[in-house]
Amino acid sequence: MKYFLQRMGFYLFTAWAAITLNFFIPRLVPGDPVQSLIAKYQGQLSTKSIASLYVLFGLDKHQSLWTQYVDYWKQIFHGDLGLSFTFFPAPVSQVIGQALPWTVLLVGITTIISFTLGTGLGVLAGWRRGSWADGLLPVTTFFSSVPYFWLGILAIYLLAGPDSFFPSSGGFDSELVPAWDQYFIPSAIQHSLLPALTILISSVSGWILSMRNMMVTVSSEDYITVAHAKGLPERRVALSYAARNALLPSVSGFALALGFIVGGTLLVEIVFSYPGLGFTLLQAVGAKDYPLMQGIFLIITIAVLVANLLADVAYLLLDPRTRKEG
Amino acid sequence: MKSFLRNGKATAGLAILGVYLLFAIIGPWIAPYDPSARGNDLVKGPSAAHWLGTTHLGQDVLSQLLVGTRSVVYVGFLAAIIATVLSVLVGVAAGYLGGKTDDTLSVFTNVVLVIPAVPLMIIITSTLNDVSDTLIAVIIGLTCWSWNARVLRAQTLSLRRRDFVEAARASGERTWRIIGFELLPNLTAVIASGFVGTVIFAVLSEITLAFIGVVNNGWNWGTILFWAQGQQALGQDAWWWFVPAGLAIAVLGMALALINFGIDEFVSPRLRSAGKTKLRTARGRTVRMRIGFTPVLGGAPPPAKEPALAGEAK
Repeated sequence: MKYFLQRMGFYLFTAWAAITLNFFIPRLVPGDPVQSLIAKYQGQLSTKSIASLYVLFGLDKHQSLWTQYVDYWKQIFHGDLGLSFTFFPAPVSQVIGQALPWTVLLVGITTIISFTLGTGLGVLAGWRRGSWADGLLPVTTFFSSVPYFWLGILAIYLLAGPDSFFPSSGGFDSELVPAWDQYFIPSAIQHSLLPALTILISSVSGWILSMRNMMVTVSSEDYITVAHAKGLPERRVALSYAARNALLPSVSGFALALGFIVGGTLLVEIVFSYPGLGFTLLQAVGAKDYPLMQGIFLIITIAVLVANLLADVAYLLLDPRTRKEG
Repeated sequence: MKSFLRNGKATAGLAILGVYLLFAIIGPWIAPYDPSARGNDLVKGPSAAHWLGTTHLGQDVLSQLLVGTRSVVYVGFLAAIIATVLSVLVGVAAGYLGGKTDDTLSVFTNVVLVIPAVPLMIIITSTLNDVSDTLIAVIIGLTCWSWNARVLRAQTLSLRRRDFVEAARASGERTWRIIGFELLPNLTAVIASGFVGTVIFAVLSEITLAFIGVVNNGWNWGTILFWAQGQQALGQDAWWWFVPAGLAIAVLGMALALINFGIDEFVSPRLRSAGKTKLRTARGRTVRMRIGFTPVLGGAPPPAKEPALAGEAK
């Protein structure tokens, strides 16, 4: 329990750091970005949103930095992330709310499949070192160095097309209205196959490699030799003795690597024009929509923190030592 | 060093990396055209005049690729140098000093590690206008040092209690001397492999930033992909526009990964892919060698008759 509380404290601290970072970044902008934005959106910005822009960029000279900071926190607790320029006059929270489920489903499910598959193959490659499984290594090396989005471009080029099964862009058929019915869901799944495959291929290799190396290291431990000497079936030694111990660093690595993975998968969404956070982020960047960009960054960070928390729970279940201390 | 170079993977990786470094230096001089100069051949496939075809403005793709190499290599290495210096400072200090310092530095490292780096970079670079290559490298370097710091801290912790460090401390050597002359030489391999890994990450990050268009000054491979994506290269079947840049990234990444394998296997020989582990015994049974032994040479058949420890009759 103590371990768990410690982790919770750490995540709260990280969330605080991310929000504070988010508060300070717009204040680094040289010059008066609000004026250039007003010029860009001639007449489209209401006086209220201009005022909130000045607050956002910290150009409101009437207030001290500290009061601005406190106000920023108040806003966040109300779920108010400002107004988006690109989707004016929709508030940022609403834009993100529409995009988030797409990303969570696509990236979440694919990452879990990739981790499970990669770890399984890694166990095999580490245990059967010197067999055909070693042939996986050069292939995985290649795929782990390819940028996700380039693989996505290639996938569209080679597999998608007007008369192919795989659609090349979007998250669902444009004739359909999002709903939980028998028309929409198959269409959404069909559209997510190619992006999912792209993410899977480029992310699975990392897991194979790290699991293989851990397996090789663990395999030479004394307790493995003992298990062999006791005459336990090979399967049991491999899975319950070696793999279980080799998995621990992999799980904690999984949690920490999520931040990196998310970065790559956002790009896949962009290539496939998938209606998730990554694609929204691209639109925000193109339009210099600072409130939206920051909102997305905040949501991604919080999502990664939640995923980390889940990985911690998994770790607690896998490693009895962490449970004993509390 | 010699035995490191005898490793096939490492030599292959270093050779490929050498080619890239060469092009980074001479690329802009040998490029046949000005990469931004417009021509009359729009979106034409490879030909004698344009080996890798042309873009929607008639620009020469090969020239863009050659000129772009410098920016990619420069940003990759500069960012990796910054990140490595930071990670050594933070990681070794945390691991060696211990106590409160360790706690503070560890929490700091983990916070940086957990915050998603790529979205953060996107926000910072798009907030600042007109970022130069050097500034990009600094931003990337500042956001991606944490993984290596973590690895270095763990490694330092395990070194700290070794006899030779204890001896140095007992004989009254100063802390900076212990760190500089006892610890760092023993961490060289870890630092080197972290450096190489960071170069890959930095290159991918720079290309990502250029690809989504937040950085758009000068040419690098990401810029090429940005235009290819934006100008519907896919719809026009213009494979020569986006395939070479991606391959260049992939091959560079693979070269660096190979160097890293070389380092890993140099440090811990057990990770080498073993030669054949299936062999026939004198009695004609097939025996599969098992884990727990260290393959040293590919050719020599390892001893097969050690039941339960090394080999198992099947």
